[in-house]
Amino acid sequence: MEKRVVFKHKFLPYILVAPQIVITLVFFIWPASQAVYQSVLQEDPFGITSTFVGLANFVYIFTDEIYLHSIYVTAIFSLSVAAIAMSISLLLAAMADRAIKGATGYKTLIIWPYAVAPAVAGVLWYFLFNPTVGIIALYLKIFGYEWDHSLNGGQAMFLVIVAASWRQISYNFLFFLAGLQAIPKPFIEAAAIDGAPPLKRFWTITFPLLSPTTFFLIVMNIVYAFFDTFGVIHVITSGGPNNATNIMVYKVYHDGFLSLDLGGSAAQSVILMIIVISLTVIQFRYIERRVNY
Amino acid sequence: MKKYTFLLVAVVFVLGVSVATAQAITEINWWHAHGGRLGEKVNAIADGFNKSQSEYKLVATYKGNYADTMTAGIAAFRAKNPPHILQVFEVGTASMMAAKGAIKPVYEVMAESGLPFDPNVYLPTVTGYYTTSEGKMLSMPFNSSTPVLYYNKEAFKKAGLDPDKPPKTWPEVADCARKLIKAGYPAGFSTAWISWIQLENFSAWHNVPLGTKANGFEGLDTEFVFNSPLHVKHIKQLADWQKEKIFIYGGRRNLGNAKFSSEEVAMYTESSAGYAGFKKTCKFDFGTSMLPYWPDAPGAPQNTIIGGASLWVMAGHSREGYKGVAAFFNYLSLPAVQADWHQFTGYLPITTAAYDLTKEQGFYKQEPGMETALKQMTLHKPTQNSKGIRFGNYVQVRDIIYGELEAIFADKKTAQQGLNDAVKEGNKLLRKFEKANK
Repeated sequence: MEKRVVFKHKFLPYILVAPQIVITLVFFIWPASQAVYQSVLQEDPFGITSTFVGLANFVYIFTDEIYLHSIYVTAIFSLSVAAIAMSISLLLAAMADRAIKGATGYKTLIIWPYAVAPAVAGVLWYFLFNPTVGIIALYLKIFGYEWDHSLNGGQAMFLVIVAASWRQISYNFLFFLAGLQAIPKPFIEAAAIDGAPPLKRFWTITFPLLSPTTFFLIVMNIVYAFFDTFGVIHVITSGGPNNATNIMVYKVYHDGFLSLDLGGSAAQSVILMIIVISLTVIQFRYIERRVNY
Repeated sequence: MKKYTFLLVAVVFVLGVSVATAQAITEINWWHAHGGRLGEKVNAIADGFNKSQSEYKLVATYKGNYADTMTAGIAAFRAKNPPHILQVFEVGTASMMAAKGAIKPVYEVMAESGLPFDPNVYLPTVTGYYTTSEGKMLSMPFNSSTPVLYYNKEAFKKAGLDPDKPPKTWPEVADCARKLIKAGYPAGFSTAWISWIQLENFSAWHNVPLGTKANGFEGLDTEFVFNSPLHVKHIKQLADWQKEKIFIYGGRRNLGNAKFSSEEVAMYTESSAGYAGFKKTCKFDFGTSMLPYWPDAPGAPQNTIIGGASLWVMAGHSREGYKGVAAFFNYLSLPAVQADWHQFTGYLPITTAAYDLTKEQGFYKQEPGMETALKQMTLHKPTQNSKGIRFGNYVQVRDIIYGELEAIFADKKTAQQGLNDAVKEGNKLLRKFEKANK
């Protein structure tokens, strides 16, 4: 028979969930509804004149080449960041899992970058690659490669991807390592006895067993690339050159705070909100079902 | 009984407090965007004003960079608690002007205060940017600068050029650059604030319009025209010069300043307010001269326009508060205050008297490079094309210009194509602004 805890008191459960509900309402639902409301208005920055324009702001952004370009840039950026950050961290975690000597030191060093704030990480990479004073840019020049991410969009994109991935590797590493350590050793040992070489063991046993972690990380990394990389972009490129690194969340900030186009900026936030909601739905659906092999 | 005693005490207390506030000095709030050493100077100005009289207390608060300060002011207005004075950068001018219920024009503030105010003591090229087309002052200019050409005197000597004869025209710049490159310098020249210097000031300096309707001064239905043959010629030339390294792109804003101080280039166009910074970072002797021009352009050289920020008075304050603001603006315009601000920061003085005072003090004999900007600003009486610019959504337009110029310099578009696209996209934003501010 199933054991269930049942509250006898009628109101107690509501009181217990109330703080969480209040926080959600005040900090999430209220601002989100404001954004939706703003997105159907065209307003001067001071809020003196305000006209209801229906979906005009959405029509405007979806016919705006810069916005469409921004969607494309965001897709490239977030997929690259997720792919690079996850593959490198998986490699590092697989190696750390086997390390016997100095494992703690090794792990600490890899986790370290996570403590670095995104803006600081941005500054760091910015100075390494600064076309005038950067040390890496200097070496590239010596080897005959002209580095100037203030003009070359591809180089700028490469640089922000590297800077954003670098920080995320630590986070992924932690989860992968925990995931690897949770895999029962007998499976791998049995395969080893059957004569499977290490790489084969990894792909046929470890990797499938790791799939719940991998899936969770894919979602987390995409969310990270979408939203948390603002500082990196802001410091290194400010979305340039020629919008080559103008990801959607940066454009929201730019149009809202610098250009004071509140309606257009709110419409863009609504789009981002829809993306996050769908990512969350996907995650809950599949994580609940548990990805299996 | 006890209850009533408490009430009595409370009433007395409340009355006492209100009487005390009525007698107290009026507080004036000023939100500004100057951190660091400039911020200290702003505080010193506020202190000076507070010591000069006893009726008002000016409180200067640093609110972050220009965009942060403007956003903070707007948020405060929406929350019905704006400061008296808000510093707004020059490209925010059109937005502030359009916000009729949110601001109180300076000419009104001064007239209502009953204090003496003569708009003619101000330098017309500085105030022109912030006045209506009828000449009424809307905001008080505070920190204004204009771009000049900086050049490395030692590099000029090494390249066999006369360090006292900087290039005057663009063809001369190219000649100097070639000689500098021959003498071993990696590149010829670069520029900061490329939109402000190589398009906006370029237009004023050559007396050609950037947009119709007197650069937006005479109506919101203005349109950009900076894809004219002269503009295209200039931008195309810059792009072509990249091949010989006569010109290199320095990045957005003034990120390229290190190119000049690290001697990658020996000529550089940057704001006159960059003077103090270069004094500190350059380990060589440098000079300034007026911006180069195209000798075959009939209108050049005209005069350059300013950048920087001005002080806007926000609506919704008491009469007494506005009187305090007027008193402060008069204090700020005193020759001694202005001359000190100019000499300390490299920003332009806003009155003719302050310029004269600085001359009398012999300041330009020590720092001749600081006078170039003023000479250039006051070279001729400003025309419709050189009074300033007033376009809505201009922050976004500048970004579009940056983007298109980057595409041109990366050889993805021709100069004509890039400028056409910038004009087209810019006009869309002008229409959007027009619609929102009908």
